[in-house]
Amino acid sequence: MNGWSALDRFLRTDPRDVGCAQAMEMLHIYVDLVAAGAPAEQRYPGIAAHLRACGPCGEDFDGLLAAVRDAAH
Amino acid sequence: MMPANPRVGHVPVTAARLDAESAEWLRALTQTGPEREACVARLHEMLLRIARGEVARRGPRLRITGPELEDLAYQAAADAVLAITGKIRQFRGESRFTTWAYKFVIFEVSAKIGRHFWRHPSVPLDAEDWDRLPDRLGSGPAQEAEWRDLLAALRRAVDNELTSRQRQVFVAIVLNDVPLDALVFDLASNRNAIYKTLFDARRKLRAALAANGYLGEENLRHS
Repeated sequence: MNGWSALDRFLRTDPRDVGCAQAMEMLHIYVDLVAAGAPAEQRYPGIAAHLRACGPCGEDFDGLLAAVRDAAH
Repeated sequence: MMPANPRVGHVPVTAARLDAESAEWLRALTQTGPEREACVARLHEMLLRIARGEVARRGPRLRITGPELEDLAYQAAADAVLAITGKIRQFRGESRFTTWAYKFVIFEVSAKIGRHFWRHPSVPLDAEDWDRLPDRLGSGPAQEAEWRDLLAALRRAVDNELTSRQRQVFVAIVLNDVPLDALVFDLASNRNAIYKTLFDARRKLRAALAANGYLGEENLRHS
C-alpha cells in the first residue's frame, strides 16, 4: 500500500458510524446475534460500521464474542 | 457520525421474553438474604473466569504480566459485580443475561488497561512523532519522498484546520500511539467523546487534503 492510500484509508469515515456510546449500549445484543449466526451487520449497520472503525470497541466486541463462545463449549 | 438515535440502525429494540437461565439469574439477584448472596458469589466466580480469559487474550499485546494481570482481572470482576447488581433492573432480556453481564466485565478490563498505561507511559506527551506515522498507518518503508510530501501536507492541515482539542487528541492517539482508553483516563473524558473528536478531526483533515488536491474528490464522496 502506498502512502496516499494508507492515509486515505485512515482518514476515511463512515457516516453510518453510530459512535462508541450506542455501540457499547447495544454490544451484548449485537454479540448474541453474531454468536447465533444471525445477520447482525445487516440489522445494525451503524454498529457494524463503528466496530470496524473504533479499535477499543472492536477489541471489546472480540472479547465479548470470545467469552460467549468459550462459555458455550 | 450518526446522531444519538435509539433505533441504532433499522431495528427498534424492545423488551423480550427471558430464556430460563436468564430468568433465574434475574430472579435470584432481585431477592434478598442468603439466596441473593449465594447468587452474587456465583456471579463473581463467573465474571472472574471471564476477566481472566480476557486479560489472557489481550495479555500478549500489553506490557502487563503475572500478578498485575491477575490483580487487574480480580478488580474488573469485583467492579463488574457491583455495576451489575446496581443495574439489575435495567436488564430487559434483549440478550442472554450472561452476555449482558460479561459485557460489564469486558468494559472494566478495557478501562483498567487504559488506566494502567500511565504507570509506564512509552512516550512523552508533548512529543509529536511524525516520522513513525507511515508505519502506524500500515504503509511500507518505500516511497520516502512521497511520504515527505504527504506528511508536510498533513501537518499543515493539522496546524490549520483542527481545534486545539482535536489537535491534542490527534497528536496523542495518531502520532504518539497513546491508546484511546488511556487518553480517556488522562483527559477525564469518555470513550465516545474522544472517538467523536478524532472522528471529526479525520473528516476535517480529509476534506482539507482533498481541497488542496492531495486526495481525490471522488474518494471524498464515499467518506
